[in-house]
Amino acid sequence: MTTVSTSKGRPGAALTKVSTGRRIKDRFVQVLVYLAFALALIPLMSVLWTVVVNGAKRFDLTFFQFSMNAVGGRDAGGGAYHAIIGTLQQVLITSLISVPIAVLTAIYLVEYAGDGRLGKVISFTVDVMTGIPSIVAGLFVLALWLLTFGFDFSGFAGALALTILMIPTVVRASEEMLKLVPNELREASFALGVPRWRTILFVVLPTALTGMITGIMLAVARVMGETAPLLLTIFYTKVINTNPVDGAQGSLPTFIWDQAKDPNQNSIDRAWTGALVLILIIMLLNLAARFVAGRRRPAGR
Amino acid sequence: MSSESGVEAKSGAEVAAGARHRATGTRMSTGRAGDRIFAGAARGSGIVVLGIVAAIGAFLVWKAIPALQDNEASFLTSEEWNPNAAPPRFGIAQLAFGTVMSSLLAMLIATPVAIGIALFISFYSPRRLASGLGYVVDLLAAVPSIVYGLWGLAFLSKHMEGISKFLNSTLGWIPLLGGDSPGKNSIFTASVVLAIMILPIISSISREVFLQVPQDHVEASLALGATRWEMIRMSVLPYGRSGMIGASMLGLGRAMGETIAVAMVLTFVPGINWHVLENGGSTFAANIANSFDEASVTGRGALIASGLVLFVITLVVNMAARAVVARRKEFV
Amino acid sequence: MAKRIEVSGLHAYYGGVHAIEDISMTVEPRSVTAFIGPSGCGKSTFLRTLNRMHEVIPGARVEGKVLLDDEDLYESSVDPVAVRRVVGMVFQRPNPFPTMSIYDNVAAGLKLNGVRRKARLDEIVEESLRGANLWNEVQDRLSKPGAGLSGGQQQRLCIARAIAVQPQVLLMDEPCSALDPISTLAIEDLIDKLKTQYTIVIVTHNMQQAARVSDRTAFFNIAGTGKPGKLIEIDDTSKIFTNPEQKATEDYITGRFG
Repeated sequence: MTTVSTSKGRPGAALTKVSTGRRIKDRFVQVLVYLAFALALIPLMSVLWTVVVNGAKRFDLTFFQFSMNAVGGRDAGGGAYHAIIGTLQQVLITSLISVPIAVLTAIYLVEYAGDGRLGKVISFTVDVMTGIPSIVAGLFVLALWLLTFGFDFSGFAGALALTILMIPTVVRASEEMLKLVPNELREASFALGVPRWRTILFVVLPTALTGMITGIMLAVARVMGETAPLLLTIFYTKVINTNPVDGAQGSLPTFIWDQAKDPNQNSIDRAWTGALVLILIIMLLNLAARFVAGRRRPAGR
Repeated sequence: MSSESGVEAKSGAEVAAGARHRATGTRMSTGRAGDRIFAGAARGSGIVVLGIVAAIGAFLVWKAIPALQDNEASFLTSEEWNPNAAPPRFGIAQLAFGTVMSSLLAMLIATPVAIGIALFISFYSPRRLASGLGYVVDLLAAVPSIVYGLWGLAFLSKHMEGISKFLNSTLGWIPLLGGDSPGKNSIFTASVVLAIMILPIISSISREVFLQVPQDHVEASLALGATRWEMIRMSVLPYGRSGMIGASMLGLGRAMGETIAVAMVLTFVPGINWHVLENGGSTFAANIANSFDEASVTGRGALIASGLVLFVITLVVNMAARAVVARRKEFV
Repeated sequence: MAKRIEVSGLHAYYGGVHAIEDISMTVEPRSVTAFIGPSGCGKSTFLRTLNRMHEVIPGARVEGKVLLDDEDLYESSVDPVAVRRVVGMVFQRPNPFPTMSIYDNVAAGLKLNGVRRKARLDEIVEESLRGANLWNEVQDRLSKPGAGLSGGQQQRLCIARAIAVQPQVLLMDEPCSALDPISTLAIEDLIDKLKTQYTIVIVTHNMQQAARVSDRTAFFNIAGTGKPGKLIEIDDTSKIFTNPEQKATEDYITGRFG
């Protein structure tokens, strides 16, 4: 009733007046919302800052050239060479296994499944897989590969666990990219008499490729930091093991875990530097993925 | 829009023509067989994915059964975890409590902040900065959990001690925040680390939902003379409600499965302690990571059994979350 | 309570795009003014500058003056929120709040402005729904969602929502373009009734509609793609449709009729 009457009488006040209560509430929410964003920046900055500052101490050549072989927790020196090698090998194997499976699955879901029952079931399964806790993936490989088949701990077993975590991410990313490919493109190809599989391989995939590469790189960056499943599958070693199918192997995340549990300052310094190296690799992958995605935009969308 | 798709269609025809050139000659002979092989491979991969998930359930059950049969304590209600003893005695009560409590707290802490972030990026920040700001928040998700663990252990927990003491002395009458010795390696500290870790997923899903709010609804409230907040309250939040609920539940599922950060931050103290500010507690995932080294055969079986429970719980939470998110599609 | 609008030297931009150029006109109170013209001629953009809805779009801005009984809407002390309270708007597609009941939809603007008393709300809701010729159809299902109504009913609900706050001016952006002929007729009847109380501006694609409902008609045109839209002429509707000053207006009208 207040407003209905205010607008009538005084012409001058009508346009400038929004009640103070409403204005204050609006401002208050605005402040809250800005604060929420600032609040998210604090841990991000803090994490990056502490990692850089603490990690810089041991960010030296030794760290990249030596393993922890015969280096005790209290000793200075030692490095993560074995861990970096391990991580790179494991992630490479993971990608080699999961990318073809995931991309083909995405192709099935987008190009073949239609509204069919199998497509829905598989799509649901991918959802389920997205939510699998990483430690459960590790337990599964432990139960299957080590306890049932009787294999030893190995980098390969770790890669199998990571595969389970990588597949759903790549399926979803590829699916999204394939869906973006306009249907006219497929039809144009079909109309020329090109068989479906060639259409997909030579028309659809190239169009979606950059987007899919971005998705794959982000997925690699994600699984690279996984620790829990590796603890159960690659175990630890302080020595260089360049054979991913034979015995325990190092990895950056487990290296950090191992060194951080040791109370000696030298170990803790090594853990921080390990974290710094891991973050650097992951950020590089993220940036590269962004770069690939960015290059695509002007032409594609 | 239309002109762009026109360009795409044209270049599509060119690409298709290229494909045909490559295909000529062999096309007639391999067309059918190629189709069958390729379709089979795609379908086969999908079935492999299906098989993996089925195998996860099956093998976890299979490898858990012997340990469960040897167990002398009640698996569901016991707070003990001594699977390596003879006879083995273990139960998941404490782990379930720690997992649910820490993740629920994390969800409660993270959800309002995450929604605030999503609102900030969608409606308050300059439009040109929006995607950049979104990327900054996504960076939080790119930091690996082991790094959060290290940070939580070496940096955050020190600062959490003071906060915990403050909460305990001012709000100690709330049973959850009570207790005599608030510490830095508590379930509460773990929840804060978890909250930070699930912020990006909740905020990015909320942001997606906000993006889908029809401009019609936004303009409807603005045209009535709504302030920005009133517009959000009238048009955005009701539309995005189920999406936001689903997002925070997905965050909950993520928090429940999180292992390493929690394992590093928590100090294991046996028994359920409702005082979340006091040191102690454990979760399914953290317990698996911490106990695996010394686990005997039965011990590994017991860990697998607890992992199976975690798998089922997260599965239920995630499915429920997805169902809630999907419900929003009924609107529009 | 209806007010006169006087626009002078108005330009509107979307980012770097000059959408409308140098428009000056007067809109008389208690009458219906129709905006007609080809697609993209800026008539909707111009309409949206009259209640500052234009600036809702990121990068959009306005130069010039819009006086509402001597008050400039673009004065720095003026709050766009307050402007929209006084200048109501009805959109092309009916947009009732999907989560709200019919009653709450109509009451939404009142609640924003601090009307809380149930009896008062009931009274205004009924008055507004009657005003929008919708009361008889919905009086026994006020608590049902507004989205359950037919398109034409939804549009009348939106009109009821807009008039519930008793604005000075009612802007309508092609309010019938998404409706069937019978619903269109209902809305046109309603416009005829509302003009006794409000200043009404309606954008329409349909020239018969402009001829039927409006007292004055403004014709907008565009010189070519990428060029800003311009006001060609504004005059009494009967004059525009029978004997326009400008050749462009005549071409447009006869072209469409012919």
